[in-house]
Amino acid sequence: MVEPSEPRRSISLPVLGSVSRRTAVKGIGATLGAAAFATAISPLRKLQGEISAEELMQRHYKELSPEDKAQVINRLENETKERFGADVTIDDPRPIPGTKFVYAINLSVCNGNGKCVEACHKENNHDRDTNQSYIRVLEMQKGTMDMEQANTTYDHTVPAEDKFYMPVQCQQCDEPPCTDACPVEATWKEDDGIVVVDYNWCIGCRYCEAACPYHARRFNWKKPNVPAAEINPDQGYLSNRIRPQGVVEKCHYCLHRTRKGRLPACLEACPTGARVFGNILDPESEIRWILENKRVYVLKEELGTKPSFFYYFDS
Amino acid sequence: MTHEQDQIHVQLGRAACAPLCLILGVALAGCDGAQPEAASASTVSQTSTNESVMLHPVTINRPAGPPVARVQTADAEVALACSTCHDVREPDFTNATTTDLDLFHVGLEFVHGDLSCLSCHNAEDYDALRLANGVSVPYPDVMTLCAQCHAPQARSYENGAHGGMTGHWDLTRGPRTRNNCIDCHDPHEPAFPRMQPTFKPRDRGLQPAQHHGEEANHG
Repeated sequence: MVEPSEPRRSISLPVLGSVSRRTAVKGIGATLGAAAFATAISPLRKLQGEISAEELMQRHYKELSPEDKAQVINRLENETKERFGADVTIDDPRPIPGTKFVYAINLSVCNGNGKCVEACHKENNHDRDTNQSYIRVLEMQKGTMDMEQANTTYDHTVPAEDKFYMPVQCQQCDEPPCTDACPVEATWKEDDGIVVVDYNWCIGCRYCEAACPYHARRFNWKKPNVPAAEINPDQGYLSNRIRPQGVVEKCHYCLHRTRKGRLPACLEACPTGARVFGNILDPESEIRWILENKRVYVLKEELGTKPSFFYYFDS
Repeated sequence: MTHEQDQIHVQLGRAACAPLCLILGVALAGCDGAQPEAASASTVSQTSTNESVMLHPVTINRPAGPPVARVQTADAEVALACSTCHDVREPDFTNATTTDLDLFHVGLEFVHGDLSCLSCHNAEDYDALRLANGVSVPYPDVMTLCAQCHAPQARSYENGAHGGMTGHWDLTRGPRTRNNCIDCHDPHEPAFPRMQPTFKPRDRGLQPAQHHGEEANHG
């Protein structure tokens, strides 16, 4: 009698002693897969307490209904109270029809004192530990536009001999390379020219930061530290609300102020009156007079970014 | 004093639709150690001619009036007008700078081109100023005086391209306050003062190399 071998091979149940090679590989794969999945989601478990399910499931800014938006803003206000101990009001002003915001700085007047940098820091609830700000003032050698030679950490009395000072912040480009670089459309240009970021949609890849030729974007390496008493309670969803760790942010022309007709904080703080802000679509605006009567240039014009930010000299 | 003669018509911002009639004014702080009593502000009323939109006012800072010298007497501090002393003293047109003085205003820094005291101060009325053509200007309208030599700056100012401001870029939504010449420029030493930058970024890349502490986040 010869024992039949065929029936034995046909048994393929995953039972010890009768495991086929294929089944064993499947089993190992499933085990490893489960382990890998557990590892992959482990950061989510760590996030408990920092990120709510609501926040995790929040949709893109442009897909939020007015009710969704109100709910999101309410949640953010409560979270600010919980995490920073401050009562704040988060608004979401939309662009004013017929408005395109433009900035100009008079470099004949700017003396590099840096009050704009400080005003931005305070207005926009920046991290106190790093003195973060959307503005960087470059101390430049007269006679050159070589920004490689510029210095941002000068601490001597200004203006220094043979130097000029060029504050640089987001240029709100009409052809913004940063928004093209974003893989998740967390940053875009709005109708009044302001390039904004949905901090709750940003994945923190920093492609936009690398794409910006003006080094205008900032990354939140850590949870910002702002004492409750110093928090500016007048906040905007797309502007100066306290940003979470791990997202990119940038100058938004103080849209929580400017979309309500007010001047940006950096302009009001400037002791030299070097800054001018306005609506380029208004032919009677100050900004139009400057463009028509002053020697004006834009930064890195050759890149074709078409900044909404101008520098000019007197005479 | 005929204020009307000293008015300068300035068009600000939305000038074409809202002709502004600004009285540019202000004061040269005349006596050393003397300050205007209080800075007041002139409100520029605006009316819209071809638009029904009501515009909020642009207010230009102005000194309240002539400077006042505060003198400490045995029993009280008294405020004296310039004319208190100058009415009984003959003006000396040969005094070109404060170094020529030996009794009052000694030590007052004066670095303002080739001007002398009585280029701007009015020898016929020490509580007012005078233009180059001899017309008297009240202290609150000092910008009229400045503008006669500093035309390019005055032109830029008229068009919103010189001088600091606060408030609203959009006058349909709120008012604006603008600085006066002498808010930033000391009339006796008008060069903008040098400043010490006080706020600097502390970027990680700008710091000397440091070891990560326990709180360092590698997330």
